[in-house]
Amino acid sequence: MFNNFPLWPDRASTAAGNVDALFIFLLIVSGMMSLLIFVALTYFAARYRHRRGVLAEQIEGSIPLELTWSIIPLFVFMVIFAWGAVVYFKGRTPPRDSTEVYVVAKQWMWKLEHAEGQREINELHVPVGRDVKLIMTSQDVIHSFFVPAFRMKQDVLPGRYTVAWFRATKPGTYHLFCAEYCGTQHSGMIGSIVVQEPAQYEAWMSGGTSGPLSASGEKIFAELGCATCHRTDTQGRGPNLQGVFGKLVLLADGRSVTADENYIRESILDPGAKIVNGFKPVMPTFQGLVSEEQLNALVAYVKSLSQPIATPIKTAATGDQNNDKTEGSQVQ
Amino acid sequence: MPDSTVVGLHHEEQHHPELLHHFAEPQQQRDAASLGMWIFLATEVMFFGGLFCAYLIYRRLYFGDFGAASSSIKAGLGAANTAVLICSSLTVVLAIWGAQIGRRTLMIGSLVLTMLFGLTFLGIKGVEYKEKFDEHHVPGASFSFDHVPIPGHPDQYANPRHAQIFFSLYFIMTGLHALHMIIGLGIFAWLLFMAWKGRFTPEYYTPLDVGGLYWHFVDIVWIYLFPLLYLIDRHP
Amino acid sequence: MSMATTTVQPVERENYLNKEYGVGSWLLTTDHKRIALLYLISITFFFFIGGFFALLIRLELLTPASDLVQPDTYNKLFTMHGQVMVFFFLIPSIPAVLGNFLVPLMIGAKDLAFPRVNLLSWYLYIIGGVMMLHCMLTGGVDTGWTFYTPFSTAFSNTKVIEAGLAIFVAGFSSILTGLNFVVTIHRMRAPGMTWSRLPLFIWAHYATSIIQILGTPVIAITLVLVVAERALHLGIFDPKLGGDPLLFQHLFWFYSHPAVYIMILPSMGVVTEIIACFARKRIFGYSFIALSSIAIAVFGFLVWAHHMFVAGISVYAALVFSLLSYAVAVPSAVKVFNWTATLYKGSIHYDAPMLYAFGFIGLFTMGGLTGLFLAALGIDVHVTDTYFVIAHFHYIMVGGALMGYLGGMHFWWPKISGKLYPEGWARLAALIVFIGFNLTFFPQFVLGYLGMPRRYADYSHMPEFQVLNVLSTAGATVLGVGYLLPMLYFLWSMRYGKPAPDNPWNAAGLEWMTSSPPTTFNFEKEPIVTWEAYNYDELDRAHKEEVKVAG
Repeated sequence: MFNNFPLWPDRASTAAGNVDALFIFLLIVSGMMSLLIFVALTYFAARYRHRRGVLAEQIEGSIPLELTWSIIPLFVFMVIFAWGAVVYFKGRTPPRDSTEVYVVAKQWMWKLEHAEGQREINELHVPVGRDVKLIMTSQDVIHSFFVPAFRMKQDVLPGRYTVAWFRATKPGTYHLFCAEYCGTQHSGMIGSIVVQEPAQYEAWMSGGTSGPLSASGEKIFAELGCATCHRTDTQGRGPNLQGVFGKLVLLADGRSVTADENYIRESILDPGAKIVNGFKPVMPTFQGLVSEEQLNALVAYVKSLSQPIATPIKTAATGDQNNDKTEGSQVQ
Repeated sequence: MPDSTVVGLHHEEQHHPELLHHFAEPQQQRDAASLGMWIFLATEVMFFGGLFCAYLIYRRLYFGDFGAASSSIKAGLGAANTAVLICSSLTVVLAIWGAQIGRRTLMIGSLVLTMLFGLTFLGIKGVEYKEKFDEHHVPGASFSFDHVPIPGHPDQYANPRHAQIFFSLYFIMTGLHALHMIIGLGIFAWLLFMAWKGRFTPEYYTPLDVGGLYWHFVDIVWIYLFPLLYLIDRHP
Repeated sequence: MSMATTTVQPVERENYLNKEYGVGSWLLTTDHKRIALLYLISITFFFFIGGFFALLIRLELLTPASDLVQPDTYNKLFTMHGQVMVFFFLIPSIPAVLGNFLVPLMIGAKDLAFPRVNLLSWYLYIIGGVMMLHCMLTGGVDTGWTFYTPFSTAFSNTKVIEAGLAIFVAGFSSILTGLNFVVTIHRMRAPGMTWSRLPLFIWAHYATSIIQILGTPVIAITLVLVVAERALHLGIFDPKLGGDPLLFQHLFWFYSHPAVYIMILPSMGVVTEIIACFARKRIFGYSFIALSSIAIAVFGFLVWAHHMFVAGISVYAALVFSLLSYAVAVPSAVKVFNWTATLYKGSIHYDAPMLYAFGFIGLFTMGGLTGLFLAALGIDVHVTDTYFVIAHFHYIMVGGALMGYLGGMHFWWPKISGKLYPEGWARLAALIVFIGFNLTFFPQFVLGYLGMPRRYADYSHMPEFQVLNVLSTAGATVLGVGYLLPMLYFLWSMRYGKPAPDNPWNAAGLEWMTSSPPTTFNFEKEPIVTWEAYNYDELDRAHKEEVKVAG
């Protein structure tokens, strides 16, 4: 029991350092504040303990003092707020060319599928130094994807995608927990994030894959007959999906929405919700006809129709992350 | 030693029969009762407020589907109920006025009318619910809402799942309101009994006041429910 | 006639306890003081049930594996621990016991505005409590006290509906208590008792009552929706049927955040009274403490989504709620500073109530400061849903609210029971509670930052968490002893304690101008108030020789 007794979690992502810095700042501020109060309490309690014949001095208050100890804490709180907000904002804004991994949570396991096609259960292999974006949904109840070593947590919801991202900085194996109570085996919904050196990661990646996720998506797109209406010319009864991902779409009711993952997903499951301007509401719903994994594949496929492609290039030589938009070659 | 030890500042109404022992004087008792009922109504606002909040959010999210669902309800019955309730609020006021000026017949007659209006409301509600049942608009296994066009978009059908949310909210909101009506009828039955027994005088009619406040509140909730549930996206 | 020497028994004066005997006189009472005692018995009962569940949880967590109970059972344990402690202990505790007893006394009234509604309040609490007990005994519920959807509406196989209805009923008890207090404080103050002469205990209960009145109905309707959804398979919160699970969370937290202020504000009121009395001086910054209570009540309604920073709300919503959460921290800090400043140039006594008040200030300060951590968006992402949060709210609710409650029980026990509790044992109990509490919950801050999630029956994949868990459980047993002691010696004192004088602490306040225990109608003559609150200078000058403090 006493062999492994950590008091501080591993720091294995770029975010971890930022979070820890703010945490330590707060520790210092709270420590000082507590010390101040405790010392004052102890000193007053001792110094002004009841003595025979000595009466207490009735002091009504002091407005200057009240203002001081309201305004100074408020100021300190604003600093903490701002700092926390900056860290949070960074943590919720995935960098542009992040590698994408689709996550489907279910009672009580994690199913992960890399955009390149590898499937994993309860484990996620990632290379050091690569921005990884998780596109997550749940098949049943609310779960939460939590990696303490990355200081990262995001609830995973049924019916929509939520997104999280990280960049691992240290090779190793780190705990993955479900952090939103989800039933009997909530504490069993545990996995690992395996951060590898780039070379190791390449080796692992090449160990058998059924092709990139977008390719599966393309197959499903054909099987379900999507191509009948979503043609690449202007004759289709549905919008041309080439290049649509990430762009603003004008809807029939005048609104404009960004075609993100949730938009694509909703368009498949509830096509009547957002009719594109100039098209008739004839698309049937696929609710109940596609699984979460198939939805992920379809989303990946639609994304792949946009230039530059969403996933970064996989080159064994460079290994490191890169945001090189010029090499727009197809994955695989 | 008897506990008539109130050293109040007003002596005129010291031993009013309706004065409860822990109050110093009738005015205090009246004020307390009134404030108590207003606060209770505030809690009711928050109670229904949660439902209105859910309604507004889904109306925004499922604009067309809610419009289609609302249009499928016959507004006529709802409108009749609105008129019935407004009239019943009038009779409540008349009953209180009757008490204030000592006109027993006016007071009792108005109370009876109020209850009749209340019962009418519930009766019409029952007819409405039966209609919904017949049309398979009651949420649950037998719910169906297929091929109902969205108002203003004749070529687009409403999503039945979203329409079901509308009807879930419809039944919960009107159902809770009807429950409050039933409670109101119970309260007024008791007020009627008290009035019949002669408990109310121009000096003391607090229960009528307070019961009336409750009734007006139930009326106002309906005034909000009616347009939101029955009248959105109506096209001639 | 010769008189043999006999010991003369003092004739017991008539008071609210001995005025009438018999179960009927208690169960049909409208005397606010008797109702307070009815509540005291009931909430103590539920406290021990909730505490029993906590003990089982901590025992299970001694070892990493889920070996004491099955995971399903564990999930029910933490759920019911939370529900019982929040709805059936903490929310009623101070208002229903000390508030009911003291509010009329402190303002110079003969009873609350609506005594029969007060009794109804208790019966609603009991009905809700019986429903909850039945639910627990026939299978229990495993959704967590927060019963998030769609798990609670569409996946859990336990008695969600019954638990939901039990809490619904108990909620009305809370609403009616709040309503009663507001009307009483507005309309029943004795002549001369202006708002600025009110004890700060009253201000605290007024603020609490506002929250009870405006907030509780929202959880009530939320429960109605959850029960309806579960029973009728509606889709209001279920994405598969077009609903939104986040709507549930917003509705739930809209009440449940202000609810935590229902739990802490009365305790702050108690601590204020105790500090004034045992430092023998008027509270520093009376108006600031009064207004900060109102500010907390108002701002408390604006911060609910800080429980949802990682739930899937937008970044902009998160920013707004984080900012507002810092705003609500300021009035709480102001109170802590004012209490500390009150000690300056005071004349301080260390009786048990004061020890509890010291404990409160220390622990509430720590709990409140950790709230700053949680309100910081960047940190919350890491520590939310972990033991850090559990440690934070236990510091405030147990280290704060519960210590305040115990301090108040000791302070007013002579008034309530007419007996003195044993001071030596009380000080010992206060110390044991303080030590046990810190040992139980401080390690949980570390566990949380390390990443141990909440609601985990099993941590065998993370044996590195065991040492801290063992420390925590050890602390819990010490804490348990600390809570048992007052239960035992209060009971003992009812039979064997020294009779209490009317004002054993020489304290300020109208309640101390009645007998101990008070008569049924409190005051023989309606008081007319011509003095300010906390007139300790007058009280102490009247006693040239310091009155020996009781115990």
